[in-house]
Amino acid sequence: MACIEARGLRKTYGKKVALDGVNLRVEEGRIVGLIGPNGAGKSTALYTMLGLTPYEGELRVLGRNPWTERNLLMRDVCFMADVAVLPRWIRVSQLIDYVAGIHPRFERAKAEAFLAKTTIQRDSKVSELSKGMVTQLHLAIVMAIDARLLVLDEPTLGLDILYRKQFYDSLLNDYFDRTRTIVVTTHQVEEVENILTDLMFIDRGRIVLDASMEQIETRYAEVAVRPEQAAAARALKPVSERTALGRSIFVFDGIDRAKLAALGEVRTPNIADLFVAIIGGQNGMAQGATR
Amino acid sequence: MSTPDAIAAHMPESHAYSDAKKPASRLIYWSIVREFWESPSIYAAPLAVAAVALLGYLVAAIFLPGHQPTRVMTRHHNPLSEVYEIVTVVVMMTVVFLQVLYSLDALYGERRERSILFWKSLPVSDGTTVLAKAFIPMIFLPLYGLLVTIVAQFGVLLIATVVVLFTGGSVAMLWGQSLMLTPDLLLGYHLLTVHTLWYAPIYCWILFVSAWSKRSPFVWVVFPPLAIYGVERLLFGTTLFADMLQSRFMGSSHATAGEGMTNMGMGTHPTPVAFLANPSLWLGLLVAAALLYGAARLRRYHEPI
Repeated sequence: MACIEARGLRKTYGKKVALDGVNLRVEEGRIVGLIGPNGAGKSTALYTMLGLTPYEGELRVLGRNPWTERNLLMRDVCFMADVAVLPRWIRVSQLIDYVAGIHPRFERAKAEAFLAKTTIQRDSKVSELSKGMVTQLHLAIVMAIDARLLVLDEPTLGLDILYRKQFYDSLLNDYFDRTRTIVVTTHQVEEVENILTDLMFIDRGRIVLDASMEQIETRYAEVAVRPEQAAAARALKPVSERTALGRSIFVFDGIDRAKLAALGEVRTPNIADLFVAIIGGQNGMAQGATR
Repeated sequence: MSTPDAIAAHMPESHAYSDAKKPASRLIYWSIVREFWESPSIYAAPLAVAAVALLGYLVAAIFLPGHQPTRVMTRHHNPLSEVYEIVTVVVMMTVVFLQVLYSLDALYGERRERSILFWKSLPVSDGTTVLAKAFIPMIFLPLYGLLVTIVAQFGVLLIATVVVLFTGGSVAMLWGQSLMLTPDLLLGYHLLTVHTLWYAPIYCWILFVSAWSKRSPFVWVVFPPLAIYGVERLLFGTTLFADMLQSRFMGSSHATAGEGMTNMGMGTHPTPVAFLANPSLWLGLLVAAALLYGAARLRRYHEPI
């Protein structure tokens, strides 16, 4: 069974189209990165999956309709939005008591064990904790819930490097067990690059790339080409072209690597370069021009 | 944890309790507890006000001869009735104030601070949350106000007793005249009928606005009724809406305790049958239920502000 399945998913706010017929399928046990520019519809897509907002089209999460069955669905789904959403007035001990009180799949001992590794005091209020500590606290709660889907919306926004690194390490080592599914949106793509199994690009409410990391490796190639061979490279219809250190760097989609090797050194583009190649080509220039 | 054996052992178990759930009573219990954590003033403020009132009485009973229980006891009525009434009024006014303040913020604050995203990531329905929040102003605060009033009145009696002991009066006489439960029973009846049942649509209206408004809920609580009043008077020259509101605010004791009572007073003769037979009561409760339902629906649709 697919963990998330959407067909023709649409969401409008007045005249603004946030999701414009999204089709996607996320299998169980995957770690999916949903990457897109600001206002592309990332958060809206997550909100529809979490039953936080009504939508048009078809959407199933763990076999349920998230809008009509949100409170049932939330037994099996965890959600972390950016760091500011834990209530500021609550104490750490109260938060644990509360979740233990209402969540059927929360294991208090796990949360306590994770918190013991941090410097968070039980009687502190959330408002007294640093941003990094609030994220650790939320992660402690989330990791103690035996959920089947974890949705992360910019989970490390505004955190320093140490906390960000720790966050993904804990997630991968102590939480992910290949039966759970994780969907993450972030602007810090280089941080999730090595943990993702699948990658989706979203732009102006549409999915413009949906592939596993293996598929990306076989499909996309980046070649640094000397000026004299640039014309030959352009003939192969690259997805994008940019210049760096006197060479033209081309990204190709679906061209045989053996063929490309003749032009220069071939490697797999990283997510950031791929993002610029696929999405930057369409509106990156326009964005740059307005700045 | 991620060894194949661990996963295999883990799988059937996780499927076995995917339908596990907490009973509804637990969900509502923890949702109410959460409200007390968030707003400690709802239990602390009435206590603080009662304590200040007691302190004031202590000072008066010791230093102001006119207030000394031994002096006033010579009269033939309860020498402490005036003090009891003052204590009751200040505690009750605090309660009303808290009911309004609490309701205004109940469904607005969580959207403003974005914590609604956290609450909604947990398996608690909007209906449960709204009911837990309605419980505070409609049931907890009136009952708690009654309890604090009774305790404070007992405190007054204790202070008076000590003063009488020191000034050489008769404690037996003081207690015989002052330990009267009838006013408290009347107060309890008044709270149940007026503050819980009759005023229910008012609190539910505030809760509804709290769930609806994007900013300054207080303005939106007051503005629509004012606008309706103005438009009605300008267009039709009538004040039906204003009259209806007035009877909701002021007509309550009239409705619960027979004719001839002061407007906001508690009355002396409870008339529960007449109260329950009043169609306005049931209409009001119907409106209250509709507003609560609306508040729950709004909470479901609204995103953080």
